[in-house]
Amino acid sequence: MEMETESQKPFHVDVGNLLAFNPFHNFPSLPTSREELVKECLQEGTKLVQAVADSLFNLPSTEDVDGPLVKLPPPSTKLPREKHLPKPKPPTKWEEFAKKKGIQKRKKDKVVWDEQTGTWKRRFGYDRVNDDKDIPIIEAKMTDEPGADPFAKRQDDKKKRVEKQEKNRLQNLKQAAKIGALPSHVQLAATALPITGTQAAPKKVTKDELGNVAGMAATSTASGGKFDRKLPGEKPAKKQGKHRKFLPVVEGSGIGSREKEQTENVLNKLISKHSHEILNVGKAVTMYNVKKEKRARNKRSQEGKSASATNKLKPKKQLHKNTGKKGPGSSKKGKAK
Amino acid sequence: MMRIKTPKNGRVRRELEKRAPKLVETGKKTLILQGTKTSGTLNGVLSEIYHLKKGGAVRFTRKNDNIRPFESGGETSLEFFSLKTDCSLFVYGSHSKKRPNNLVIGRMYDHHVYDLVEVGVENFKSIESFNYDKKMAPRVGSKPFIAFVGEGFENVDELKHLKEVLLDLLRGEVVENINLAGVDRAYVCTAISSNKVYLTHCALRLKKSGTVVPRMELVEVGPSMDLVVRRHRLPNEGLRKEAMRTAKDQPKKKIKNVSSDAIEGTIGKIYIPDQKVGDVALPNKAKGVKRERREAKKKEANERASKKQRVESE
Repeated sequence: MEMETESQKPFHVDVGNLLAFNPFHNFPSLPTSREELVKECLQEGTKLVQAVADSLFNLPSTEDVDGPLVKLPPPSTKLPREKHLPKPKPPTKWEEFAKKKGIQKRKKDKVVWDEQTGTWKRRFGYDRVNDDKDIPIIEAKMTDEPGADPFAKRQDDKKKRVEKQEKNRLQNLKQAAKIGALPSHVQLAATALPITGTQAAPKKVTKDELGNVAGMAATSTASGGKFDRKLPGEKPAKKQGKHRKFLPVVEGSGIGSREKEQTENVLNKLISKHSHEILNVGKAVTMYNVKKEKRARNKRSQEGKSASATNKLKPKKQLHKNTGKKGPGSSKKGKAK
Repeated sequence: MMRIKTPKNGRVRRELEKRAPKLVETGKKTLILQGTKTSGTLNGVLSEIYHLKKGGAVRFTRKNDNIRPFESGGETSLEFFSLKTDCSLFVYGSHSKKRPNNLVIGRMYDHHVYDLVEVGVENFKSIESFNYDKKMAPRVGSKPFIAFVGEGFENVDELKHLKEVLLDLLRGEVVENINLAGVDRAYVCTAISSNKVYLTHCALRLKKSGTVVPRMELVEVGPSMDLVVRRHRLPNEGLRKEAMRTAKDQPKKKIKNVSSDAIEGTIGKIYIPDQKVGDVALPNKAKGVKRERREAKKKEANERASKKQRVESE
């Protein structure tokens, strides 16, 4: 909608959005100070707002409690939608069949006349018309096998009918979901089939577990999963295994030349220059004491039982290897020689 | 194997219906969030935008370091948030040395990024720094007037895009009826140069003039800032065409029992059920008025009288 003002320059006015646009203004030279700029902007803004108000206040208004109400025209500037247009629901299988056969929908009453009791009963729900549990006698037919429970058979039939209906409903919803016209309050959730007949639903996989499985699958590829195309937002794989740190190839001889330190540490441990630092005296003493006590206890228990046969049958405990205590001791002996 | 899930609650069902795609759309919600680093001015800008859009905005205050709107993989978090909060507009603020006081304003279509505009904020003045008569402060949620000034908005591509996005952001809900006494705010955007826009928020003062239309006066109240356009991304043609589609107007629903005649105009039919005049309940049933009571009393009186007679006769 265009509007001519006194200055003969048309503005673009969109009353539906309360919007006004002046495409002809330009700053031939930027005003020197900020206040000048602000003032000019406000002036131009006032003109535009006045133009919108002119058309707005001239619309037919109705009186209301709070003030005059005006019915706005629909906005003329088109803006993109935020969600797609809703698609109409596709006809269900029954609806298609009914259309083909020409079956009309009949309106059903909530109450139905019951011949048996002579009253009006509900069509469904508590105390309904053709309830299964109200049938006292079912006459046997020639086609019935002896020993079959007709009441149970009726219940089974009903269950089967209900299951079939549920299956059909699911199929109809799946069809609607395929074209994207699922009703807003319905969601289709995937459930996994239970394995080997157990009723337990499979445990929900956590984000970490999924990441682990994805990592395992990636390492089984030829390049160890390094060049796999990643989904948007997927984090890079965590490094598995021990963290190995390698020394740099070229290193200055400044403070702490690390290679020298490393070899020094290793040699010290082997040749035990400071062997008193290497042996943990307290730990060695405790180990020796524990072994002694165990030996003493065993001897006492053996004396208690005392049969020689049992001695022979009992596994000999002295065959265990002697551990750490011997280590530096043996090296010492070697050195002394 | 699939399972049908329906809400067991009326509240949940209503919420889902609110979020479902509709033929005619109501207002868009805005998501305001920030990146790894923000500056003081940027924090001010984000909170003021939140205040201006109080009714339809969601503010996240934590930092999100995995959101990079202009990169192909960095939008997944944004789309997830948009899906969960049902917001189709977002304002993402971040600060870095290369792009100081950066603001990315974007729109979503079906919870996927539709278009983006990146602007830098300069010369930001917050609401507190303006002094004005507090009585004419605009109220929260009122529909604003929007004014765009400058030929840059017509000629420069980026400014054209910025104009569209700003309109979407500042517009609020699309309403059919508006109360003329309640118009009290206006946004003015001026294109100062080919990449700079001066945006300010003003309160409206309606002054008496001779005619029905009052004279407008703008008083700066709210935040004002300079927006420098940095980057922008337009939507694909196909996506744009799909988003701009509107449904043809639905045929107006037929009002029942109303028909129109050429001669007589609009005719309505009223159906009145049978009135059983005898069974209608009397409004003020005084105790003595009830017929059964009266008859019962009469019978009792007769019996007593007859009993007395018998006793007497005996």
